[in-house]
Amino acid sequence: MTGLDTLRLTAEGAKKLLDAREISGAELFAAYAERDDDLHAYLHRCPDPGGDGIPIAIKDVIGTKGIPTTAGSKMLEHYVPVYDATVVARCKQHGLRTLGKTNTDEFAMGSSTENSAYGPTRNPWDPTRVPGGSGGGSAAAVSGGLAPWALGSDTGGSIKQPAALCGNVGLRPTYGTVSRFGVVAFASSLDQVGPVAKNVRDCAYLYSIIAGRDANDTTTTDVPPVELPTAEDLKGLRIGVPKEMNEAEGIEPGVRDAVRRALELAESLGAEVGECSLPHSVSYGLACYYLVAPAEASSNLGRYDGVRYGLRSDGADFREMIMRTRDAGFGDEPKRRIMIGTYALSSGYYDAYYGTAQRVRTVIRREHDAAFERFDLLVSPTSPTVAFRLGEKTADPLAMYLSDLLTIPSCVAGLPGLNIPAGLSEGLPVGLQLVGRQFAENTLFRAGHALEQAIGFDVVPERLR
Amino acid sequence: MAGISRDEVLHVARLARLELSDDEVAKFQEQLSAILEAVSKVSELELGDVPPTAHPLEIANAWGEDEPRESLPLDDVFANAPDRDDDHFRVPPA
Repeated sequence: MTGLDTLRLTAEGAKKLLDAREISGAELFAAYAERDDDLHAYLHRCPDPGGDGIPIAIKDVIGTKGIPTTAGSKMLEHYVPVYDATVVARCKQHGLRTLGKTNTDEFAMGSSTENSAYGPTRNPWDPTRVPGGSGGGSAAAVSGGLAPWALGSDTGGSIKQPAALCGNVGLRPTYGTVSRFGVVAFASSLDQVGPVAKNVRDCAYLYSIIAGRDANDTTTTDVPPVELPTAEDLKGLRIGVPKEMNEAEGIEPGVRDAVRRALELAESLGAEVGECSLPHSVSYGLACYYLVAPAEASSNLGRYDGVRYGLRSDGADFREMIMRTRDAGFGDEPKRRIMIGTYALSSGYYDAYYGTAQRVRTVIRREHDAAFERFDLLVSPTSPTVAFRLGEKTADPLAMYLSDLLTIPSCVAGLPGLNIPAGLSEGLPVGLQLVGRQFAENTLFRAGHALEQAIGFDVVPERLR
Repeated sequence: MAGISRDEVLHVARLARLELSDDEVAKFQEQLSAILEAVSKVSELELGDVPPTAHPLEIANAWGEDEPRESLPLDDVFANAPDRDDDHFRVPPA
């Protein structure tokens, strides 16, 4: 071992050590690769490909050439991509070296990583608790000293909520800023890839590497140049506090307190803080999301038919082969969502369910647009609760869905959202969610960085210090 | 919302090409009923002439240059195939 403190070392810090030749690329990679993964953050760990770039962990829904990519599913247990996702290619162009593929709820469907077909990941702060999901593996790897930073993907909160529960920084970028080419599709009008890091500057730097137009993903757009944040004040910034997002039923008192303290700090840093309202975004967001996302998932997951890649089960004829393949390959959560989505899209129900959900989506977008006429940022808890216990919500899908109550509205509206740690409640991290206008990532980075300095959260889990 | 019947679960599973065991049908009937009841909330809102949102960005068509490019070599295309017969994916009889 090199004596490197991988729990504390940031990617920027690692780069300084490399540039000053205080450590070699091989020593840096080994410091992470040799650390015991007792959290089960990784599904697959990789050998050092050589070079002296910063190592990175990659969520297992993101395709990596020559490296197994399972999406946490038995359906893709033996799948090895023959090309890199665009985000992986961009990381490689910057010399980043893949440490491994991180655990995820199956097809990114879940809020605890317990839906992984390969067993759950544990929270670095308390191994009897979940790391959140679906990107619990990436979040646990970053907070558990197993990676300096990581890539995640977010459909309804899968980057932000695990970052909240593990006490690190996660960005769900504006829809369209980061390519999904080569990423296992879940719900295409919602899916976004984004960074998970130990601080906001690393998060911004990794975002600058992966963001940008990609000819292979026609939903991508040009992206404003990324500014690494340096300012320590919030002068001139108007922060809105949507009352429905901050007073929703189920928000724990300790979570509410930490968010209130962060808002007081924001005012002391010069921000103007005022209350606002998103009248229907919280009360109808979950219902809207759990129609739109399953509908799109039922279509996207139609490709798993045992023909071109993935699992195949035996069957006497073509139809029987497909039905047995899909029964054997999908776990309960994908099956539930495929069936909800199929039902919502089926003849006679389409207008009542999917069509109505799409119109509610417009209502949610317009409410956010109205709030952004008065404010630059909207602030709330990321998760209503701190990390919950393994097994606590697995028997009740609806209780699990409520974990995403506060992350979903901005996802539905296509807005960027940043989680930063706000403090502790009962010894566990509380996440603060900052939501901005479309393409306002730089505003999120600036505010997140200033608040992070003022809050002074120690990202190393207490039991590991 | 009265929930979803056993026959409806079987119908949806058939549409989605999922072969479910009897235990799964019973479990999913209960769970899907609860989920559908919760998501039916969307019908409470008075939506008037609010149009649908299919996609969060205001982009219409994204055109690419019509230029030929290299495709993947066939051995790569078939690298993950469960069953290959020369240049075809082989499947059981339809």
